[in-house]
Amino acid sequence: MNLRRDVFQAIADPTRRAILLLVASQALTAGAIASNFDTARPTVSKHLQILTECELLEQKQNGREIYYNINAKNMKEVADFIEPFRKMWDDRFNILETIMKNYKPKE
Amino acid sequence: MELKTKINAENGEQELLITREFDLPLELLFKAFTEPELVEQWMGTKVLKLECKKHGSYEFETSDAKGNVVFKANGVIHEFSPNRKIIRTFEMDNVPFGVQLEICEFEQVTDNTSKLNMHVIYESIAKRDHVLKLPFAQGINMAHNRIQEILNTLK
Repeated sequence: MNLRRDVFQAIADPTRRAILLLVASQALTAGAIASNFDTARPTVSKHLQILTECELLEQKQNGREIYYNINAKNMKEVADFIEPFRKMWDDRFNILETIMKNYKPKE
Repeated sequence: MELKTKINAENGEQELLITREFDLPLELLFKAFTEPELVEQWMGTKVLKLECKKHGSYEFETSDAKGNVVFKANGVIHEFSPNRKIIRTFEMDNVPFGVQLEICEFEQVTDNTSKLNMHVIYESIAKRDHVLKLPFAQGINMAHNRIQEILNTLK
């Protein structure tokens, strides 16, 4: 299975990106994560499940609560993870180039 | 297809360099950074404010389909030299990445091609690495269908 492709699919969704940003600073419970969204709780749970399956999130049991954290192991080496960053800028600049090639100055 | 954008990020540094050659005259490349409606299209975010002048400021905001704000960023412009250079800060709201300094240099290569050098300096090595590992943290990369939508209208 191509894990990296799945990672790209996982981060293609704006809510999942927002969830990763939330847990980037601190581990949070599903409830605490869900409280940041208007989305229904089961929908947030589904997003958490996908992110966990893609190994971007890891779960830690703390007493009765399960906390979600960024999976640091999967994001360890900058070199490994620079490609998505480069791809992001490349996509943006490709769009910029296309837009400006079609640009007609306003009178 | 080969990626035209190059990123140079040395291990253990708090900066990185993004370079890209464009099949565009210098003036058009620069314009893409200064007209709000153009920035909105290629950055995939709403531009609430963009004052292209020394000590001017800017604000970006992106919402998802349901109207939740998923990304908000702002900064101030330290230097604005048309067709040459923009120095600005960039800071995202509600994320622990701190503020970054962006030195954008625009160069003419030929009459119809140009080059952008973007030197980005972060508060610390850890903060740079964090941003690199979460590329979507800049949040302004739109959903894939939105990119396709724009490209289709241009075909």
